[in-house]
Amino acid sequence: MPRKPWRRALALAVEALWPPAAALGLSFAVGTVIVAAIGENPLRVLPLIFAPGLGSADGFARVLFDATPLILTGLSVAYAFRAGLFNIGGEGQLYLGAFLAAWVALALPGLPRPVALPLAVLAAAAGGALWGAIPGWLKARFGVHEVINTIMMNFLAVGITGWLVERYLQEPGQMIPHTAEIPAAYQLQPFARGPAGAWLGLDRANPLGASLLVALAAAVVVALVFRRSVEGYRLRAVGLSPPAARYAGIAVGGVTVRAMAVSGALAGLVGVHEVLLYRHRFLDNFSSGLGFLGIAVALMGKNHPLGIVLAALLFGFLNTGALEIDIFTEVPRELVVVLQALIILLVVSFSELALWRRRRRRRREEAA
Amino acid sequence: MRVELEALSRSFPGVRAVQDVSLAYEPGRLYALVGENGAGKSTLMHLLYGMLPPDAGRILVDGRPVRLAGSQDAIRLGIGMVHQHFMLVDTLTVAENVVLGAEPGRWGRLDRGAARAAVRRDAERFGLAVDPDAPLESLSVGEAQRVEILKVLYRGASFLIFDEPTGVLTPQEARGLFAILRRLRDEGKTVVLISHKLDEVLSVAEIIDVMRRGRHVGRLAREEAGAERLARMMVGREVLLRVDKPPAAAGPPVLEARGLGVRRRPGQAELADVSFILRRGEILGVAGVEGNGQRELAALVTGLLRPEAGELRLDGRPLRGLTPRRARDLGIRHVPEDRQRTGLVLDMSLRENLILGEEGSPAAGQAGVILPGRVAALARRRVAEYDVRVADTRQSARALSGGNQQKLVLARELDGDPRLLVACHPTRGVDVGAIEYIHRTLLAKRTRGLAVLLFSSELSELLALSDRIGVLYRGRLTAVLDADVVDEETLGLYITGARGVADA
Amino acid sequence: MIGLLLGTLRTATPLLFAALGGMFSERGGVVNIALEGILLVGAFAAAAAAYYSGSPWLGVAAAVVAGVGLAALHALVSLRFRVDQIVSGVALNMLALGATEFLMWIFFGSGSNSPRLGSPGLPATAGRLLVELPPLTLLALLAVPASSWLLFRSRFGLRLRAVGEHPEAADSLGLPVHRLQFYGVLLSGALAGAGGAFLSLNAHYFVKNMSAGRGFIALAALIFGKWRPGGILGATLLFGFAESLQGHLDLPWLPVRFMQLLPYLLTMVALVGVIGRCRGPAAVGRLFVKD
Repeated sequence: MPRKPWRRALALAVEALWPPAAALGLSFAVGTVIVAAIGENPLRVLPLIFAPGLGSADGFARVLFDATPLILTGLSVAYAFRAGLFNIGGEGQLYLGAFLAAWVALALPGLPRPVALPLAVLAAAAGGALWGAIPGWLKARFGVHEVINTIMMNFLAVGITGWLVERYLQEPGQMIPHTAEIPAAYQLQPFARGPAGAWLGLDRANPLGASLLVALAAAVVVALVFRRSVEGYRLRAVGLSPPAARYAGIAVGGVTVRAMAVSGALAGLVGVHEVLLYRHRFLDNFSSGLGFLGIAVALMGKNHPLGIVLAALLFGFLNTGALEIDIFTEVPRELVVVLQALIILLVVSFSELALWRRRRRRRREEAA
Repeated sequence: MRVELEALSRSFPGVRAVQDVSLAYEPGRLYALVGENGAGKSTLMHLLYGMLPPDAGRILVDGRPVRLAGSQDAIRLGIGMVHQHFMLVDTLTVAENVVLGAEPGRWGRLDRGAARAAVRRDAERFGLAVDPDAPLESLSVGEAQRVEILKVLYRGASFLIFDEPTGVLTPQEARGLFAILRRLRDEGKTVVLISHKLDEVLSVAEIIDVMRRGRHVGRLAREEAGAERLARMMVGREVLLRVDKPPAAAGPPVLEARGLGVRRRPGQAELADVSFILRRGEILGVAGVEGNGQRELAALVTGLLRPEAGELRLDGRPLRGLTPRRARDLGIRHVPEDRQRTGLVLDMSLRENLILGEEGSPAAGQAGVILPGRVAALARRRVAEYDVRVADTRQSARALSGGNQQKLVLARELDGDPRLLVACHPTRGVDVGAIEYIHRTLLAKRTRGLAVLLFSSELSELLALSDRIGVLYRGRLTAVLDADVVDEETLGLYITGARGVADA
Repeated sequence: MIGLLLGTLRTATPLLFAALGGMFSERGGVVNIALEGILLVGAFAAAAAAYYSGSPWLGVAAAVVAGVGLAALHALVSLRFRVDQIVSGVALNMLALGATEFLMWIFFGSGSNSPRLGSPGLPATAGRLLVELPPLTLLALLAVPASSWLLFRSRFGLRLRAVGEHPEAADSLGLPVHRLQFYGVLLSGALAGAGGAFLSLNAHYFVKNMSAGRGFIALAALIFGKWRPGGILGATLLFGFAESLQGHLDLPWLPVRFMQLLPYLLTMVALVGVIGRCRGPAAVGRLFVKD
């Protein structure tokens, strides 16, 4: 008995969406309890998370701004995961990307803008790619699991870039450990400063800019690679069964190194957002866990580029809302971090649950 | 101990594995349970061992109905099972493996002395010589099997089930096992041997039960049973126990091995000074007990392993720096030993599996892009040509039966007329229908000029398909025999090293 | 020289606790990346309990309880809900980080560190070395032979090793695979929790994110020590030595920031060095599913 196609589509959509929706709901329920327990009114506090983003075009643009690096780090995690690799090194890779972008800009100040900008973008990707390729190579060559190595390389990245800034690139006369401002040819300006700003209703100080377009373009490219390319096929074969891939003549080591390099490059592109658009300089220790949040975004988005963009948007809301909570209530903004962690934990649990239910139902249908 | 099964049934999604089976077992007898792969023998014994609950029916021990919620319940009642795939922990010692789960000692302490003594006692009584302190990974397959038996005896079993115990043994080791089975029976134990090998069943069992498609189709005493009669009962129709092999028309050499060698390493057997010639239109079988270098030889020819000595030539040209990729490009194809792990990506669709290794070729797309239309067309053609029975090529390979999975691998590896096929255990764990099909296909391809290097642990299969049979023993090719003049018993002597080295 | 030795023992203490904990988890077949978060939660719980009760020993007890709590969550998520063990660990580490930062505001009214804490001590009559050696360090050292006995000489240890090596075999003998794994993970939580207590009590402060990757270094030490208590002791002493060099080695050409990176670099080198020459429990990271 064939079911109507729209009902099938609906059923599929429900199946795909209930785990993240339930996770979101349950973690906010826990959030309610926490807020109430410390004596604040949950009905006042929790809506604050979404209020700024939904309240105005300007607020939504800020959410998009916060979502931009998360799209990139989420894609980074998903790309490596496609090849069965767990890249927990996004944090270190984005430091290298940001640092290299700033360093290229400061080292080559005389370049014209059409050369300078692409070069800096490339530098950001290259920095991340290098930092990703190293654990990839260690895995391919020596069989060392990438998880511990990528984490160690996070510490190394923060330490090394910090030292390089301190030793060679520190802006003179400044207490804050950061580089000098990059030359104007390398700078991206927020949309708010351009002609579209007023038309979109953005505040002059709104930071949203072209890095969002870079992130969205990256999502499209990753989606195409996954769905249609030979490389995407090989990533998947290696991810699902390395021995079968090897027997079929796929160079598993090569795929591993490339996957980690591309994954690193995607994280490195956060440098475009951070250095070229936002600060116009490299700030020591600037990221508060963007790389780790990328893991959450990828899990929430089911490692699918579209899902990742949506999940990044959600986490963008949470990050923007955190500021609001900090300013207007007695609740520490870290509440949002707790919520984010709960969301991941629940979303992965529910997804597995959904998977097992689906398998069981399919088996029962086959039996019937 | 008297055990009765009453109208037992058990279904799995899509299969009625056991249907309405009633049997009775008396103490001190030696039974066999025979049937094809998938006839329900193992499922039935798993019901009896408490590993699966039945959907209907009951089990009686000494006339009283029992409920088995798990294998521990069966063990408590004195039912033990020697599994087909050994349930042994490699990193523990023999004694530790034997007592695991029922350890001697108080206050949480493990009394190693008592464990050792218990192993020695049973080993002596039943003639199962093995060192209690040896780490399990140092044992041979035959010895490991003795540990499995000791485990069951240590738990006080008086009803012992042996699930396909000879699959991994040489004919000589198998005879040793049969002696143990008879000894167990003489000590008053009930022994049930599950097997699909008729000759061994006829040589050791007293009472033979036959299953077909989940049903019990008959019980025969050894005297009234014969191989043909049993085979007919198992399959439900007349079967040809031999395939017709047209005479060989071997052409020029395709593959030449000259003095091939690799060193012994953890997880890798030694191979030394292996030389042979494989010709066009010829099947060269390779016989040997597992771990005597077969895996390494197959890996060398398919580029998975590099030779440390000697060389390989394809059509007279040396193969240097061979990789799986290059081997494939040169027309060397591979049906690997473990289709689920290395032959297929189980969670990919049939379509995707059919382009594995050819994903970058024009058959699948161009310029780094995969074209779904081409892939679908290719998949449809191959599935039809190689008799893979599926409704939709978009379904995942995991959902297929063993036989269909193997045909899927064959479809990919044989299509496009390759030069050379390395086939490792091509019919392991597939049903009789698929075995027939695979044998016919290999012989047909041979007639059309394919050279085949065939590895198999089934001596009968090697004899039926090969033109010549090489014997690997401790990494050396100790003999190359004409398949028309040897029989299984002789081959058994060669693969155990009793013959071959001196007169090779 | 004595200073360097004591420094090594001190810095090795949390690593030793965590790595021994990781050993019980992985010997049972469960990867525990959450060790990092357990150390952090243990450190926080010890600080909070010691600060409010005034008793450092109560702090240690609280740390063990908190560690077991987080470990139980890991076991629940990865064994019951069947989530990938690494994913679960990563998520719990984030939870630990967020929760401790959040609770710091609630308990201490600060986002960076706790007020000064006392640390557990022994009576002065115990002799100089024993006084200078924190009691938790002594406990950690005693935990080595104790773990060895538990793993290799006890019934529980035999069963745990069997489960981590070949869960199907253990199951076929009627052993409760998941329950044994659960115990292994809980034990890792208790030990790593104690390691966390040492972090904050020994430093006299709880500082935001003070585990600083030690949980992961402990995992590396576990591999480097070949999943055996004796080997783990050696490996953690090596890592402890590398970390304590900072304070004792003054090389003008080597920036301090690089000295601080030494443990991380050493971890990577150690992993490359040890791979291929030994293997861990065969079923580690693979969920046992009974069908």
